[in-house]
Amino acid sequence: MTIETIIWLLPLPPLLAFFLIVLFTNRSKKLSHIIAVGAALLSWAGSMVVFFRALQVGGHHLGEHPFTAAINWLPLGSGWLRIGVLVDPLSATTLFFVAWTVLTIFLYSVGYHNYGQPKGDADRMGLPPGGATVTDEHGHKHTVPSVEPMYSRFFAFIGLFAFGMYLLVVSDNLFTSFVGWEIMGLCSYLLIGFWYGKASARAAMIKAFITTRIGDVFMLLGIAYLYAQTGTLTFRQIFTPQILHELVSTPAPVLGLSAAGLIGILLFIGTVGKSAQWPLHVWLPDAMEGPTPVSAMIHAATMVSAGVYMVIRMFPLLSAGAEHAHLTTPMMAMAFIGAFTALFSATIAVAQNDIKRVLAYSTISQLGYMVAALGIGAYVAAAFHLVTHAFFKALLFLGSGSVIHGVEHGALYTSMHLDANDMFNMGGLKKKMPITFWTFLIGGFALSGFPVLTAGFWSKDEILSDAFGHGHHIVFWTLAAAALLTAFYTMRQISLTFLGKPRTEATRHAHETPWTMTTPLVILAMFAVTFGWLGVPEHFPVLGGLLPNWFHDFVGSTLTEHPETVPFNFVPLVVSLVVALGGLSLGWLVYRNVPAGAQDPLKKPLGKLYTILQHKYYFDEMYDFLFVRPATWISEVFAYQWIDRGVIDGLLHAIAALSLKIGSFLRNYIDIPIVNGSGDLAGNTIKRMGVTFRVLQTGRVQQYMVIAILTTVTFGAVFYYLLGWH
Amino acid sequence: MVPLPWYLIFAAALFCIGLYGVLARKNAIAILMGVELMLNAVNINLIAFWRYQAVEQVAGPAFAVIVFAVAAAEVAVGLALFISIYRRRDSIIADDIDLLKW
Amino acid sequence: MTTTQMIFLATALLTLVAAIMVVSTRKLVHAALWLILALFGVAITFVLLEAGFFAVIQVVVYIGAIAILMIFAIMLTRREVRDVSPQTNRSWWLAAVITVLFFTGIVFMLSSWEGFSVNQPVAGVGVDTIDKLGQALVSPHAYVLPFEVASVLLLAAMIGAIYAAREKK
Repeated sequence: MTIETIIWLLPLPPLLAFFLIVLFTNRSKKLSHIIAVGAALLSWAGSMVVFFRALQVGGHHLGEHPFTAAINWLPLGSGWLRIGVLVDPLSATTLFFVAWTVLTIFLYSVGYHNYGQPKGDADRMGLPPGGATVTDEHGHKHTVPSVEPMYSRFFAFIGLFAFGMYLLVVSDNLFTSFVGWEIMGLCSYLLIGFWYGKASARAAMIKAFITTRIGDVFMLLGIAYLYAQTGTLTFRQIFTPQILHELVSTPAPVLGLSAAGLIGILLFIGTVGKSAQWPLHVWLPDAMEGPTPVSAMIHAATMVSAGVYMVIRMFPLLSAGAEHAHLTTPMMAMAFIGAFTALFSATIAVAQNDIKRVLAYSTISQLGYMVAALGIGAYVAAAFHLVTHAFFKALLFLGSGSVIHGVEHGALYTSMHLDANDMFNMGGLKKKMPITFWTFLIGGFALSGFPVLTAGFWSKDEILSDAFGHGHHIVFWTLAAAALLTAFYTMRQISLTFLGKPRTEATRHAHETPWTMTTPLVILAMFAVTFGWLGVPEHFPVLGGLLPNWFHDFVGSTLTEHPETVPFNFVPLVVSLVVALGGLSLGWLVYRNVPAGAQDPLKKPLGKLYTILQHKYYFDEMYDFLFVRPATWISEVFAYQWIDRGVIDGLLHAIAALSLKIGSFLRNYIDIPIVNGSGDLAGNTIKRMGVTFRVLQTGRVQQYMVIAILTTVTFGAVFYYLLGWH
Repeated sequence: MVPLPWYLIFAAALFCIGLYGVLARKNAIAILMGVELMLNAVNINLIAFWRYQAVEQVAGPAFAVIVFAVAAAEVAVGLALFISIYRRRDSIIADDIDLLKW
Repeated sequence: MTTTQMIFLATALLTLVAAIMVVSTRKLVHAALWLILALFGVAITFVLLEAGFFAVIQVVVYIGAIAILMIFAIMLTRREVRDVSPQTNRSWWLAAVITVLFFTGIVFMLSSWEGFSVNQPVAGVGVDTIDKLGQALVSPHAYVLPFEVASVLLLAAMIGAIYAAREKK
């Protein structure tokens, strides 16, 4: 089996899992998760084979001769639309992290949805499971977590999700990538609203879908414009110097941009939607309504990464036409929006109490990092941060799910109802859930950029060095400030959740989650630590040179022009150390001893600002006022009542009434009097004639004879005179 | 010689008297008598025309013979029917036998 | 007026008077007897027409059989012997009108026929008539078929009469 065949087959197992579960094994939880995890395992195995083959071949060779195969698919007027697969160094690396994160998330879901637990007392499809009462051998009744009623459906959906992501990564053209993109959008809708019985989940699923859709529309416009200009959608064909030059020199009809610039901006807007950058960031925090594996999947492993992956992939187009060290228009837009979003959402994360919301805003912030990095031209740094972020963010989300599970178990045990997501209800979980604590700590440190030991440090540091080194100072300081806040709120989160003493009864009774949930945490923690060491810059003091900067060489070979490394400078390194360590210490100091029932220590000092931050700068309210209310008015009042019921139905009713009038007119004035009347008239006339004439029939023969003779005489006389008989 | 028209008028008169009898009499047998008179008038007509117009031909007498036979047959059957009717209805007044009225 | 004419007129008068009596007398038996007289008159007319054979046939068949048969029938269907109610039905006047019309019509038509003024009979043929008649009635080129049919008719009539007049058990 050739490597290209394996690449073709990579997206297939999760898709098959989806269909098999939906069509056949929906009733059996065991079969469904076996099929799903088995499919993830198959695709993981295939991805590993492809990755190691790619390593064997080596970055340079792979960059020039990627594993690729294509088929003619749609017949067009002259020629075909070809689709196919492509694995170059960038996609090989992406396959690596996608395969690992997908596999760990699938495995995690088995435990998260309480496989093996009894069915709940009052569990209904569409609502989160609420616990089952069990009686132990002493006759004591207590509540335990119950198994999710829609267990198989979950695995079917995440199978489809995995298919979409694999499809996007292995595609060699924008078209099938967009298909994968949209499939993921659909699955995010289905999965965010997995517990559709909750009104908040329903609202969140629609918000997610519509917001990303806005981005998708612009992206589609970009794809269409690109196709119209070049006649092809295959990456390798677009990224040739001739086509790029052509696109740069063609002026676009808007804003004085070149065609390349307009296409770049349009495609970037797709990423703004999918990767939740400002201003389309509003859907991602609400997406926490879905089960935690979904949050991990969407916001770490796959969907938002897909957005960044797309812009990284399209980098040659986005940067086409830039003179050395200058930025093109799309890149400037990316740098601005990325940096702004990074700082913006980091400020919001500081004031959030829900453990998952903090992570959501942190995801938005980190994606801003990647987008900004790409905006300033740091190709390899952006890709590096994408991979490390996938690992530690997935780890953090799964860890938070483990925490929530533990607290919920405690809540069921003590029969208390509380918000298991609120960090102010937690505390002291370090002793109760050790594995979760240590892996979460590793993830948190990676997010904050804890030096040397965590992967996040290496990737963040590279972005900061690139920004400083190329002279983009505004971007540099913005990102540095965001890094400070990131470290602060991460330590805040860890302290509130794990350190100190438990703040509620439920937390006191929490305990560690099963192996299906902790094993993925450990695996991801390993990557969060070690992966960074693959990208140590050469000129780093002391450590540089010990390990080759494999990542830079490998991924950098994807571009035709191998990007150069930035010369080492102490300033970004010092800044990054200061913000990371400083932020962590600050967070620990402020939050390590928050007692039960106390308010957030930051509330008083920040005052009004705290409220604004907690309400996310009131963006949701603004969008509701500006967009949602008018749209609702148009659909409910204008379209429905006025046009549909008033005009269209009114027309129909009028036609019906008119037909009725015509019908009754025809019936009463034409049909009955004329048609029936003439029929009746004929019948009655004949009857009356009969009545009149029947008197002739007297039965008396002599009278008949009289009539006969009279008639004969009359006729004879008539004939005699008329015919002249003689 | 007796002129032919005399015979013819005589036959016509006899016929008409017979006709009156058929149309005006109550008793069925009287009606039958009228019919006989009519037949006889016909015979006279036949023989007269044969004698005065075509004596060599034998069609006249032959026809007359047939008329005789038919008249006899008809009277026989008719009277038999009248007797049958009389047995059933106890009356042979023609006006009483009106079952076929409306 | 020749003798023959006078005899004819007398005979015609006799016959017509008898016929009128047939159709107007109240007693039915008298009607039958008047009928016999009328038939006699017709027989005489046949003699005058030099068809003696038919005169004899007339007497034998009509008077001898038919009239007698009628008398039998009268006897067999009498309700009351002394029935003297009027024997005409309600619309006798209409019958009279018709009769007169008819007669007038016939006479009128006859008068416009040119043979009406023929006076002379054709030359006589004598006794040959009967011989010829007899030959004609059995000759296949002549009238054997009507003859045979007539005999079948008589048979049918006979059977029919016997059946119709049968006593029903």
